[in-house]
Amino acid sequence: MKKILCIALVLIFAFGALAGCGSGGTNTTPSASPSASADGSASPSASGGAANGGTIKIGILGPLTGEAAQYGIAVSHGAQLYIDQINDAGGINGKKIETVVYDDKGDPTESVNAFSRMVDEGITGLIGPVTSKPTLAVVDEALTYNMPLITASATAAAVTYNADTQTVNTNVFRTCFIDPFQGEKMAQFANDVLKAKTAAVIFQTGDDYSVGLKDAFVAKCEELGINVVDQEGYSKGDKDFKSQLTNINSKSPDVVFSPNYYEDDGMLVTQARQAGIKATFMGGDGWNNVSKYASPADLEGSVYCSGYASGSTDEIKAFEAAFTAKYSGETPDMFSAQAYDAAIVLLDAIKAAEEKGLEAGSDDYKAAVIDAMKNTTSVGLGGKYSFDEYNNPIKSAVIMKLADGKETFSQMF
Amino acid sequence: MIKGYKGIPMPVRYLINAGLFVVFLVVVSSLTDAKVISTYNNKIIMLIGINIILAVSLNLATGYLGQLPLGHAGFMAVGAYASAIFMKAVIKTLPLGLSLPLGLLIGGLVAAVFGFIIGIPALRLKGDYLAIITLGFGEIIRVILLNIDSVIGFKLTYGAAGLKSIPKTTTFLDTFICVFLVCFVIHAILKSRHGRAVLSIRENEIAAESCGINTTYYKTMAFVMSAFFAGVAGSLYAGYIGILDPTGFGFMKSIEILVMVVLGGMGSMIGSVISATVLTALPEFLREFDAYRMVVYSLLLVVVMIFKPTGLMGTYDFSLSRLLGKPWERLTSGGKSKKAGDR
Repeated sequence: MKKILCIALVLIFAFGALAGCGSGGTNTTPSASPSASADGSASPSASGGAANGGTIKIGILGPLTGEAAQYGIAVSHGAQLYIDQINDAGGINGKKIETVVYDDKGDPTESVNAFSRMVDEGITGLIGPVTSKPTLAVVDEALTYNMPLITASATAAAVTYNADTQTVNTNVFRTCFIDPFQGEKMAQFANDVLKAKTAAVIFQTGDDYSVGLKDAFVAKCEELGINVVDQEGYSKGDKDFKSQLTNINSKSPDVVFSPNYYEDDGMLVTQARQAGIKATFMGGDGWNNVSKYASPADLEGSVYCSGYASGSTDEIKAFEAAFTAKYSGETPDMFSAQAYDAAIVLLDAIKAAEEKGLEAGSDDYKAAVIDAMKNTTSVGLGGKYSFDEYNNPIKSAVIMKLADGKETFSQMF
Repeated sequence: MIKGYKGIPMPVRYLINAGLFVVFLVVVSSLTDAKVISTYNNKIIMLIGINIILAVSLNLATGYLGQLPLGHAGFMAVGAYASAIFMKAVIKTLPLGLSLPLGLLIGGLVAAVFGFIIGIPALRLKGDYLAIITLGFGEIIRVILLNIDSVIGFKLTYGAAGLKSIPKTTTFLDTFICVFLVCFVIHAILKSRHGRAVLSIRENEIAAESCGINTTYYKTMAFVMSAFFAGVAGSLYAGYIGILDPTGFGFMKSIEILVMVVLGGMGSMIGSVISATVLTALPEFLREFDAYRMVVYSLLLVVVMIFKPTGLMGTYDFSLSRLLGKPWERLTSGGKSKKAGDR
């Protein structure tokens, strides 16, 4: 008898949860983000399902927990900052922007699920996902809804361009550089500025970002006549790079390209100096915050390219002040800045669609937003934006140099 | 079967089960078509189906055979890649009605071959040693998928960049027909002579061997079957997500599946089904709670393990005849007989 009671209770609970979710998907307003709950209570729920009467919903998707949480939080904060600024200024066309923020843990499955849920909740545009794999999975899904999507940080070339079918994903844009671009830029920089004749590469095998940058760098080096004397790989999670670095040292290259993430880069530079390598280290935007992971003396003179230089212009200074004020002392990084820009591009496009008098959330509206993004003239922290034929931003890279343990703006390149 | 058995005759039981299943399929698909179940919820239901197959198939090796393999995600990965590569190649030439079952079969078979290759040496070991060696093999599979392109010289798995634009063929119907078939096959085998042999190995391997059971044969058989179904689940997953990436099939994925089995109760199929459902749906339902949802998830695991160390269901298995046996008897014999058939 007790057992039957138990089973009955479990079933009731299960069906209750299912039913609750079924209706929750279409009707209730989510309270996932601070701003949503703030004006969500005031926003008329009477407008019901398709709704968006007084609000325009935008999704922000990224890893808020897990390995890549640092990037996800930076992106969601950056985008939220601009959206709040617009809301404080009266919104778009009198309508408030409401954000739906979900965590994907950097996992493609979670990301697709969260995105489907956002679609159910009636978003008109998406900022995110943050990391490349989830973005690729979501892009596939977003195509079927023709959902405007702008990512602030997914650098894989395939995000906007499907090489299998040779088609551009027309609804997908980004405000960051793609992997090959960074590799090419750094090879060019090594040739033009550092006057390097020989180069070595140390990269993480099996990492999309690392391999993507390495391949582009090596190809460009060959084109420019720089001799790539050594290519060394290491595996994810490795802490000891002595054997690879000893190999590199024996070839004594002018520059060492290390297209990895900051933690590894820090260890690599430290161990390289111990192994006796004097060459200049170069990296991609994964080097952001590297200064906390190696000593100033070891890092001195290293360069990396980035999409963002702290404190370099008045706009960026204003952004940084606003960011620090809003998020209690946190300092923004490149990801926050690119997310802020992504929000600018998306909201400008939504403004254009609003001006046409279309109904928020409708297919025409989404098409108008995509159209407006394609021909965007928005001005963000990274300068004036425009997209090339593959929906990648056309902008110059920022070269950052490490001096006295600080990451300082060196030049635009 | 059992002499003097008075419960529901076997064909009737199977008919009732199949009927219930068809009703479930029809109800959920019509609700989906009527938009009562949204795309999002439909996706979660599909994912639940895939996880049920994974949990039930691992349960075959863990719960029924009594071994502790930690490389289940490896078999899932092999199946997923095999079927994805196949589907990408034939999607334009073969009709979906043919290519989809073939894809699932290829995914399963390739995983089964790997299961066989790994099972032969691994199953000579017991307990911790088996766990470690299967864990190692799982990782080897992942690393091979990651690096095979540079060895063979052409693009097969696309390594770290991920295998992209896989045809998204998995639907609710495919998934749950597979769930049903997998559960049915495992159930049927366990009720057969082979299944009894597998169970006897779990209870006492030496005693089983002294009774003349070829333990190596049965261990390998159960292990290969477990790998086959994991491969099928992988194929479904590939068609569900549309992009594969070896890092998703690491050690943690194997543990995730094992958690489902242990939480549901080792050796209980209904336990695996329930815990796969709960553990897949729970994090999604808890989305409103933001960062706290993973805390709730972990707490649930801790609480269940403290209060019910054998898992939610223990070794209890759902049995229609036990549930309906008494009413059936009353129906057929006018309530005279008192003794209900056990199984």
